[in-house]
Amino acid sequence: MTAVYQRIFTVEQDDYASAGLVSSLIKESLRYMGISPAVVRRVAVATYEAEINMIIHAYGGTITLEIGDDGTIHLLAKDNGPGIPDIEKALTPGFSTASKKAMELGFGAGMGLPNIKRNADVFHIESSPEGTILDLLFKEKS
Amino acid sequence: MKVSEAAQKAGFQVIVPGEDQEIEGIYCGDLLSWVMGKGQPGQAWITVQSHLNVIAVAVLREFSCLILAEGAQFPPEVIERAENEGLCLLCSELPVYETALKLHETGI
Repeated sequence: MTAVYQRIFTVEQDDYASAGLVSSLIKESLRYMGISPAVVRRVAVATYEAEINMIIHAYGGTITLEIGDDGTIHLLAKDNGPGIPDIEKALTPGFSTASKKAMELGFGAGMGLPNIKRNADVFHIESSPEGTILDLLFKEKS
Repeated sequence: MKVSEAAQKAGFQVIVPGEDQEIEGIYCGDLLSWVMGKGQPGQAWITVQSHLNVIAVAVLREFSCLILAEGAQFPPEVIERAENEGLCLLCSELPVYETALKLHETGI
């Protein structure tokens, strides 16, 4: 895939008031580019969850959107730590380490990473104390 | 059925009219990731959460409207964001289950 479009978005730690803003911008960009509604919806769900994870669990980070010449969507979410100690547990639906504050707002259902995995066609995650990287691909289903 | 007609029949208070969309079913839930993962476009979303983040979820999930149950109130900043997004906000004095039932009885 050769990227024909790239945009990098910054997500700040604990910025609950802006949560969903990056996802909305990415959704609008994809719509404008003529990506099919079904793919746009899957990308929107995954972006939202990645964005929320950065706000409630990480020290902020960036989300990079790339659109390939073949219509493939590439999302790269990189945060600034502190990393996920046990990725397998974090991928288990219902498992959450969210704070009381996050839970009171309705976050911390333990469905973030499972939702991302379910919506992406290619899902890759790696994590260390320096940060977590989510590498996702979304393709048009024929 | 359009949101405006359903709101009138069910006796819900219209806080923000938004784009008067067709209601394609009902979804109830307060855990945002659960709603994000399971909700479907066009559904009316019934919740007791009234903070800013519900607007993002409702818009991204393409719900036809957001119904706040149990007589809870939307803060002014939430109303303002819904207006900017064209999202319909409704309020119901009834608990979540009865709000859903009332909506169902309108023919949805």
